[in-house]
Amino acid sequence: MSEVIVITSGKGGVGKTTTSANIGTGLAALGKKVVLIDTDIGLRNLDVVMGLENRIVYNLVDVIEGTCRIKQALIKDKRYPGLFLMPSAQTRDKTAVTPGQMIKMISFLRDQFDFIILDCPAGIEQGFQNAIAAADHAVIVTTPEVSAIRDADRVIGLLEANEIAKMECIVNRVRPEMVRRGNMMSVDDVIDILALPLLGAVPDDENVVIATNQGEPLVGTATMAGRAYRNICARLLGEDVPLLHFDNSRHVLAKLGGVFRKGQGAKL
Amino acid sequence: MRRLFRPKKTRAIAKGRLKILLISDRVNCSPQMMELLKNDISKVISKYMKIDEQQMEVQIGQTDGNGRRSERKPVLYINMPILEIGKTGIS
Repeated sequence: MSEVIVITSGKGGVGKTTTSANIGTGLAALGKKVVLIDTDIGLRNLDVVMGLENRIVYNLVDVIEGTCRIKQALIKDKRYPGLFLMPSAQTRDKTAVTPGQMIKMISFLRDQFDFIILDCPAGIEQGFQNAIAAADHAVIVTTPEVSAIRDADRVIGLLEANEIAKMECIVNRVRPEMVRRGNMMSVDDVIDILALPLLGAVPDDENVVIATNQGEPLVGTATMAGRAYRNICARLLGEDVPLLHFDNSRHVLAKLGGVFRKGQGAKL
Repeated sequence: MRRLFRPKKTRAIAKGRLKILLISDRVNCSPQMMELLKNDISKVISKYMKIDEQQMEVQIGQTDGNGRRSERKPVLYINMPILEIGKTGIS
């Protein structure tokens, strides 16, 4: 039985596309058959984050309009045997697709894949409605900032109204050093406010930028973000993986401080 | 020493602001309606005791629902200082 997961956030720029790319790649690395679908029509980006932008022939709108068969629009990622991308259209807009058409297309894909990951556009308009229409499970990405959390809360309300029963949250771009100094909300603070189960927390890691520059998802690498994404994928497969413990104390003074503040390192 | 120079942690400020903001976002109740409600409540209470209408606060909050979103319920908080009790026409 396949699972359809929508990656959403409300606010733009919190890391939906990066999260989608890493979850899709991570699940494929764990042996699952995965299709990533970029539902952001007019502003496609998942293809560049995945490093597959030069291989696009057909796209999501071509499939919906019947210009090509589903298989022709699926780009096979050569790095993993079970990983595919359906790119979005760059020259069209959100009105080119309806929620009913998305449900129909995804019902065809369910037979062939273990996971269908939908990268949702920012906002709560038609693009969002298209992306959530066929989802079984929603992953809400947020950062520890007031604007992102407010938008996440609004999106959660809309997902509840659309009867998406399974919802989990990823807290992205956490800076443990700032949390420790009392200048950033912690993962626990965010979960307390949103009252959703936590799927994982990802540190603000410069390796994400380096990976995106090269079109190589970093899931599974030895970087902090790579390990955090790997754990998120394992949790999606039902494994009980504890949160990463990330001690960011680089300076001698911070380390000395750490002795007196035993056990207070931020958990990721 | 550090605390002397940094009076308030912004982490706590952010969390406090969000908690209040999200309650009004979720309840979706207009400031006009809150003002009408406040006026009506103060009229009713004034029949029985003298209250300080300037200091009166009416706010919608919510129960914590033991951390579960579905179990949170909205609650109406009314804070109204009493100036005099028993100075009414009712005995």
